[in-house]
Amino acid sequence: MLNEALVGGMTIVGIDFRDGILFVPEVLSAANAMKGGMAILRPLLAETGAESIGKMVIGTVKGDIHDIGKNLVAMMMEGAGFEVIDIGINIPVEDYLAALEEHKPDILGMSALLTTTMPYMKVVIDTMKEKGIRDDYIVLVGGAPLNQEFGDAVGACGYCRDAAVAVDMAKEMVAARRAA
Amino acid sequence: MISKANGWEHLQPQCITAELHNYPEQITGAVKHLIDIAKSKDQEIFVAYGDCGTGGQLDAMLEAEGVERVPGSHCYEFFSGGEVFEQFNEAELGTFYLTDFLTRHFDRLVIRGMGLEDKPELMPMYFGHYKKLLYIAQTNDPKLQEMARQAADKLGLEYEYYYGGTGVLGDALLSFNQRIAVELKD
Repeated sequence: MLNEALVGGMTIVGIDFRDGILFVPEVLSAANAMKGGMAILRPLLAETGAESIGKMVIGTVKGDIHDIGKNLVAMMMEGAGFEVIDIGINIPVEDYLAALEEHKPDILGMSALLTTTMPYMKVVIDTMKEKGIRDDYIVLVGGAPLNQEFGDAVGACGYCRDAAVAVDMAKEMVAARRAA
Repeated sequence: MISKANGWEHLQPQCITAELHNYPEQITGAVKHLIDIAKSKDQEIFVAYGDCGTGGQLDAMLEAEGVERVPGSHCYEFFSGGEVFEQFNEAELGTFYLTDFLTRHFDRLVIRGMGLEDKPELMPMYFGHYKKLLYIAQTNDPKLQEMARQAADKLGLEYEYYYGGTGVLGDALLSFNQRIAVELKD
């Protein structure tokens, strides 16, 4: 049910959104349905004792209260078997660092919707570099105004165009890191 | 409105649809298309559009084209001015902004444009973190103020009003107009 119905369904919705067949309202309705499904499945999955395939801390950067994209990514990551710690919106660098320290994730995810807030991702990454912890984490960034060039410029490991790309990239990078 | 008020009949405003605010990746291409047309007619060009979510791509294109733009990241910002807008933002991050235009077309661009007419259950996903609606007015129009208040009610937000007039946009257009007047004289 998780893989074929919920994740599979959202993957199709994501593709149709990218291709201009579906629009934001339809994506959000589908996400609401998946959220409801996940609420039912989560405790059942926990009972199976299945280990997560990786851990992610995710949050929207300081100055930005938009979380639709972040929530979609968090949900798709959870559906794909990741443990996701969502630290919310308007997150300053100190809170990102505290969450990394507390949860020791494989991945840090940062989201921004505004052109004015997306440069804050570089503040977080530069602070991680200063503290000598940048290479301890896979850093993925995403959000409507971002692009690959921006992701490269701020020093992220990857720019995720959408939630499906985030999941694929996360799986690939976590596997590569563990194999190294 | 600004051109008419100042008698700038030589200025020819060309518009791209405001609905592109919901599809910011299309803004740069739409503006470039209008620039190409204006350049083919040897016209002087000034862009009165915010970055509005293009992630700096609009400015990169304008720099390559040698075209000037009104300063500001958001189109509603240039009606209040950057400093005042920053104060609004600091006072309440969760502020949803309306201008005269957005107030007039609120139902079309926000309610229907975001699918809320058919799916009102999506309201918390869109506006869950917003606290306040601030109407930055260009005109002192009680009817528009009432419409903005109703818009705030529809979104379940506190209502505030600020009269910004034509703001930085008016100043920028005046400056552009003076520059081209000098160039034409020369």
